[in-house]
Amino acid sequence: MDLNYAALLPEILLAVAGILLMLAIPVLPSRQQVRLGYAASLALAAALVTALLQWGDHGPAFFGMVSMDALGGAARILFLVSSAAVALISVSYLKRERLRHGEYFPLLLMATVGMSLMAVSADLIMTFLGLEILSISSYVLAGYRRGDPRSNESALKYFLLGAFSTAFMLYGIALLYGAAGSTKYAGIAEAATQGQAETATFLLGLGLLLVGFGFKAALAPLHVWTPDVYQGAPVPITAHLAVGSKAAVLITLLRLLHQVFPASADQWQTLLWIASAATMIIGNVAALTQTDVKRLLAYSSIAHAGYILLGVIANSPRGAQGVLFYLAAYSLMTLGAFAVVQVFARREERFTKLEDFRGIGYRHPLLSVSLTIFLLSLIGIPPTAGFYGKLFLFSAAVEADLVALVILAVLASAVGLYYYLQLIVLMFMKEAASPPEPVPVPLAARIVILLMAAGTLYLGVYPAQVLSIAGEAAGL
Amino acid sequence: MIGPNHYLFLSAIVFTIGAVGVLTRRNVIIIFMSIELMLNAVNLNLIAFSAHLQDLAGQVFVVFVITVAAAEAAVGLGIVIALFRNRETINMDEIDLMRG
Amino acid sequence: MEQIVFYVFAAVAVGSALLVVLQQRAVYSAFSLIVCFGALAVLYFQLGAALVAALQVIVYAGAIMVLFLFVIMLLDPQAERFGPDRFKKTALAGLPMAAFLAFVLLRVFPAWSPRGSGEPIGSVEGPKRIAHILFQDYLLPFEVTSILILVAILGAVVLVKHRPD
Repeated sequence: MDLNYAALLPEILLAVAGILLMLAIPVLPSRQQVRLGYAASLALAAALVTALLQWGDHGPAFFGMVSMDALGGAARILFLVSSAAVALISVSYLKRERLRHGEYFPLLLMATVGMSLMAVSADLIMTFLGLEILSISSYVLAGYRRGDPRSNESALKYFLLGAFSTAFMLYGIALLYGAAGSTKYAGIAEAATQGQAETATFLLGLGLLLVGFGFKAALAPLHVWTPDVYQGAPVPITAHLAVGSKAAVLITLLRLLHQVFPASADQWQTLLWIASAATMIIGNVAALTQTDVKRLLAYSSIAHAGYILLGVIANSPRGAQGVLFYLAAYSLMTLGAFAVVQVFARREERFTKLEDFRGIGYRHPLLSVSLTIFLLSLIGIPPTAGFYGKLFLFSAAVEADLVALVILAVLASAVGLYYYLQLIVLMFMKEAASPPEPVPVPLAARIVILLMAAGTLYLGVYPAQVLSIAGEAAGL
Repeated sequence: MIGPNHYLFLSAIVFTIGAVGVLTRRNVIIIFMSIELMLNAVNLNLIAFSAHLQDLAGQVFVVFVITVAAAEAAVGLGIVIALFRNRETINMDEIDLMRG
Repeated sequence: MEQIVFYVFAAVAVGSALLVVLQQRAVYSAFSLIVCFGALAVLYFQLGAALVAALQVIVYAGAIMVLFLFVIMLLDPQAERFGPDRFKKTALAGLPMAAFLAFVLLRVFPAWSPRGSGEPIGSVEGPKRIAHILFQDYLLPFEVTSILILVAILGAVVLVKHRPD
C-alpha cells in the first residue's frame, strides 16, 4: 500500500491555493482583498482541469484512507463546479455588501477540499474529518455578515445543532468500531457479512450515523435548522449550503449505504423510506406559505433532498446513477436560481420578498427569463434538466418496486408546482407595485447565470452523455 | 473484574447527561459544554473498544476527536462573542429572532 | 485495586457531569467539567491509553477549558434564573434521552459479545506504537487536521477580529 498521492492532486492543489490566498490577505489593501475571489475561481478551474485529466480509477491511496474511484471522480467535479460558481457570484456580492475582508475565499476553498475528501474517503475517520472541515467552514461562512444579528443568530443555531448531531454521529461511529473491530469501510462491510450486522450495537451505530448524516443533509425531521440558516446566511453561502454541502453529504451517504452496509439493507431502507416521505411532504407543503424567496428555495432544497433519497433507497447501480444525474441537474438549477436572487436582492438583501418580483418580467428580461428556466427545471417540465432527473430517478425507484414512494413523490412535486408557478406568474402576469429601479447585473454573475441556464437546457435536451458518465460513476 | 461493558455503561450515562444538558439549558456556553461532555463520552467509548479489541485505531481516532473538539470550541466561542457584541445576551430564549 | 479505581473515578465523572448541567453559574460548570476531564483521564490511563490520558489533560482540560474560561470571564453571563417550569422542561427533554439510555444499557451492551481478552494493551510503550501508525497508516487524517485547525483559526479571525469598517 503506497502513498499514491497523485490520486488526490486536485485536493492538494486546492489546499495549497487556499493557504496562498490566506497569506495574500495581509499583503493586499482592504479594497483589493475581494479580488481574491477571481484567484479562488482560477484555482478551482485549475483543480477542475487536473481532475478531468486524471479521470479514471486510481484505486486506494494514502494507505487505504482514500479510494479514488469513478464515483469519487464524478463527485469531485460536481463540487468544483459548484464552488467555482459560488466564488464567482461572491465577488460582486461582497463588494456590494461592503464585506471587504478576504478570508471568505480561503474558507470556501477549504470547504471544497473537505467535501471531496469526504466523498472519496474509505475510512470513517477520514469521512468524519472531511465532514468536520466542511461543517466548520460552513458555520463561519454562514455567520460571515458579522454586523447583522440575523446572520449571527443563524450561524449560532447552525453551529449548536451541527455540533450536537456530530456528537451523535461520533457515538454511532464508536459503536460501529466496537461491533466491527475496524473503522475502515472494507473492515466494517466484511464484519457485517459475518453476522455482525444483526447485533444491536451494529444497528444502533448505523442508526446514529444516519442521524448525523440526516441532520447535515437536512432530511426531515432533522431539517428544522435549514430555513433560518439559509435566510440568515449570505446568498452565495446559501447556494453553497443548498448545493455543494448537501451534495457532498448525500454522495457520502450513498457510498456508505451501498458499499459498506448492504448487509443491513432492509433496516436502513425502511428508515430512509420514512425520512424521504416526510422530507418530500414537509419540504413542499411548507414552501407554499413562504413569502421570502430565500426561505422558499430553502424548503425547495429540502424537498429535492427527499427526491434524491429515492435513488439511495433503490439500493441499485441504476438508483446510484439516478442520484448522481439528479444531483448534477439539481446543482445547475439551484445555483442559477440563487445567482439570480443574489443579483436581484441588491444591497442589504432588501428585495428578497416574493412581492418584490412582481412585474419584473419585462423590465429585467435576463433575470426573469433565466429564473423562469430554473423554476421550470425545479418543477420538472420537459425541456429542462429537472425533468430527466426526476424521470431517471423515479424509473430506478419503480424498478426497485418503491411504487408507493414514487407516487408520493409525484404528488409532492405536484404541490411544488404551485409555489414555483406562483413566482413565474408574479414576474410576468402582474404589473409592478413599486416604481422601476435599475438592477445592476455584474459581469461575473451574468456569466454564471448564463452558464447555469445553458447547462440546465443542455441536460434537458441531450442528457445521454452526462447520464453515461453518471452510470460509469455508479459502477453500472 | 472490570470488563469493557462497565466503561460502555459509564460512557452511555455521561453521553445522556450531556444530551439532556443541551436540550434543557438556556445559557449558550453551558449548552456548548454539554456538547463537549458528549464528545468525551464518545472518547471513553472509543478507548474502551480500542483496549478491548487490542487495536490502536480507537486511540488514534480519539486524538483526532480532541483536535476537532478544539477547532469547534474556537469557532463556536467566536460565534458566541460575535453574537454578544450585537445583542448583549447569550440566553437562547432571547436570541430567537427568526421564528417560523 | 482496579475495581476501586474504576468505581471511584466513574462516580467522580458522573457526579461532575451532573454538576456541569445543573449549575446555575457558568464558571462553576466549567470547573466541574475540568474535574470530569481529570476523572476520565485516569480511566483512560487504566485502559492503557497513556498518551490519550496525557492529551486529555493537556489539550482538553488545559487548552480548551482555558478558552472557555476566557470567554466566560469576557462575557460574564449573570446566573441563569431557573424559571418555574424548569422541572417540566427538564423532564420533557430528559425523557427521550433517558429512554435512549435505557435502551442502550439494557438492550445493546449485554448483547454485545466481548471478543479478545480485554486486558489493557499498551503500557508505557503505547505512545511509540501510536506514533508509528499515526505517521504511517493515518498520515492523511493527520495532515488533514492541520487544514481543519487552519479553518478554525480563519473562522476565529473572521468572527471576532476587531475591524474598523
